[in-house]
Amino acid sequence: MSEMHLIDLGGKLEQEPIRKGFGRGLLAAGQRDIHVVAACADLTDSTQMSLFKAEFPDRFIEIGVAEQNMVTVGSGLAAMGKIPFVSSYAAFSPGRNWEQIRTTICLNDRPVKIVGSHAGVSVGPDGATHQMLEDIALMRVLPNMVVIAPCDSLEAEKATLAMAEDKRPNYLRLAREATPVITTAKTPFEIGKAYVFAKGADVTLIATGTMTYQALVAADKLYKDGIEAEVVHVPTIKPLDSATILKSVQKTGVVVTAEEGQIVGGLGGAIAELLAEECPAPLRRVGMLDRYGESGAPAELLEHFGLDAKHIRLAAHAVLDAKPKN
Amino acid sequence: MQQKLPLARLETIANDIREDIIRMLEHAGSGHSAGPLGLADIFTALYFDVMKYDPKDPAWEERDILLLSNGHCVPVQYATMAHAGFFERKELMTLRQLGSRLQGHPERTKLPGLENTSGPLGCGLSQACGMALAMRLDKRLQRRIYVVMGDGEQDEGNVWEAAMLASKYQLSNIVAITDRNNIQIDGPTEKVMPLEDLHAKWQAFGWHVIEINGNDIEAVIDACAMAKAIVEKPVMILAHTVPGKGVDFMEYDFNWHGKPPDHQQAVKALHELRTLGGRIRSEHE
Repeated sequence: MSEMHLIDLGGKLEQEPIRKGFGRGLLAAGQRDIHVVAACADLTDSTQMSLFKAEFPDRFIEIGVAEQNMVTVGSGLAAMGKIPFVSSYAAFSPGRNWEQIRTTICLNDRPVKIVGSHAGVSVGPDGATHQMLEDIALMRVLPNMVVIAPCDSLEAEKATLAMAEDKRPNYLRLAREATPVITTAKTPFEIGKAYVFAKGADVTLIATGTMTYQALVAADKLYKDGIEAEVVHVPTIKPLDSATILKSVQKTGVVVTAEEGQIVGGLGGAIAELLAEECPAPLRRVGMLDRYGESGAPAELLEHFGLDAKHIRLAAHAVLDAKPKN
Repeated sequence: MQQKLPLARLETIANDIREDIIRMLEHAGSGHSAGPLGLADIFTALYFDVMKYDPKDPAWEERDILLLSNGHCVPVQYATMAHAGFFERKELMTLRQLGSRLQGHPERTKLPGLENTSGPLGCGLSQACGMALAMRLDKRLQRRIYVVMGDGEQDEGNVWEAAMLASKYQLSNIVAITDRNNIQIDGPTEKVMPLEDLHAKWQAFGWHVIEINGNDIEAVIDACAMAKAIVEKPVMILAHTVPGKGVDFMEYDFNWHGKPPDHQQAVKALHELRTLGGRIRSEHE
C-alpha cells in the first residue's frame, strides 16, 4: 500500500466533497493556461465553478438552465482553441444533452470537458430525478470520449488538471456529499491508469468514484475474515486499463466490482465485457441493480441500495463461493 | 474573395452549382434535393462575394466561418466549395459513397474547409455562440460567423436556447441566415409546427432581423453588408427561398425535401437548368 501514498484508514479521515477538488483544480488549470474557460448552467456554486468565476469573470460564461446549448457552445469554444469546462448536475449534463455531446463534441472531435456533479444516490433528499446513475454508461459508449470518476477531492483536483492538458473530449463524474480523503498529494494519477490500492491474492475488488473508499474498508473486514482482497481503483473507466485489471484477476481468479451507478453499462458492465473476452472469471457487481433511487439521507440510501463496504464484503464471499474448486 | 464578381457571373456560378447538385444526387441515389437547390444563391453569395477565406489554406486564422446547421443541405456546400477551389469537381461524384470525404451529412474531420459536423438539427447557432465568445476573448471580432439554418429545424428548442445566449452576450459578429422555404419532411412548416411570426420571434429574442428574397444574390450580399453595421445585436437574415429553385417540377413541392432525382428526372432537371427554363438554348443540345 505504501507506494501508492494512501492515508491509513485506521486514523481519523478528513472528509470533503469530491466536487471541491474540481473547483480547486479548475482554478489552478485556469491560472496555468489562459485558454481554459468555463461555462455553467445555473449551478455555479453547486458545481464549484464559483472559484474560477471569481478569479476569471471574463472567461466564465453563464448559460442559464440550458444544458443542450451549454455543451454545444463548448464545441464552438473548443473549435477556436479554447479548453472549455462545462458543468451542471450529471442528471442534466450529460443526462439531457447526449446527442449534442455525440455529434458536436465526440464525432466532431472537439476537446470539451464535461463535468457532471451530484452523481449517485448520495445526492440524497432530492430524490431519483436528481440521482444520476446512468452517466457512466451514457458516456462510455461514445467513441473518442474519456470517462473519469475520481475517488476523493484530491484526486478530482489532479484529474481536472490532467483533463485541461488532454486533447480528447472528457467526462468527469463528481459527487455531492463529503467523501473520505484517502489519497495524498503524492498518490499518482494519470488518465487511463488503474491503481492497485491494496494488495491481496484471494479476490479482486474493482471500484471507482466514491466506492473505492468502501472497497478499501471491505478489504479490511475481509482480512479479518481470513481473505486477502486486492483493491484496484479505476478512476478512468474509459479507456480502461486492461493490463492492470487483468494482472490482478489472473492472480486472484474472482472479481467484485463496485460503483455508485447502474451496473448495467457502468463500471460493472465494462469489467464484465473485459473479463468475458480476456479472462473469464466469477464476477459479482455491486451497484444500482437496474432501478432508480429515492429520497432519503445519503447514508441511509447507500445502505438501502447496498452501496457500501458491507455489501462489497458479502459479494466477495459470494463470488469466492462460486469459484470452481480444483 | 478579393475581386468582386459581376452579378451575371455570380448567377452563372449559382446555376452551375445547381447542375452539380442534380448530378451528385442522381449519382448518389439518395439525399436531399429541394433545400440545396433553394440555397444555391445564398451559398454563391457567401463563397463568391461575402466571406473571407483561402481555399488553399482552409485553416487560415483570419478566415470567416460558415456553419451549416441544417446538415442535410450539404450537397450545395460541397458543390460550392468545389467551384471555389477547395477540391476538384470530379470528387463531387463520390457523395455518400464508402470512403468519401463527402459524407451524407457534413463531417468536419473528413473534409478540410468544413467547420462543423452537423445533421442532427438545432446545433449550429450554439456552436457559433461558442466561437464568437472565443473570438471576443481573443479580440478577433473582425472575423465573422455565418450560420445557415433551416426553417424546419427551428422546431428544436436548442435553437432558442442559443438565440437567448447570442442576444445576452451581444454576439454581433454572428449572422444567421434562415432558409425560409416553408417545407420540412412531413409537409409545409406551418402545418407541421407553425413558426410564424418568425420575424417577430427573432426580434423578441433580441436579434436584428433583415428579411430578403434568398434567391436574389444581390439581396443576400446587401443583407450581409448591412449586418456588419449592426454592432450591438446578432443578426438574423430571414431569406425567403423557393425549395427546388430552378427545376420547375421540384419547386415548392415538399415531396422533394428528402429524395434525389432518378436518371430521367435528372436529365429533365439539367435541361431546364442549362436553358434557364427554356429561355436560352443549351450548347449541349
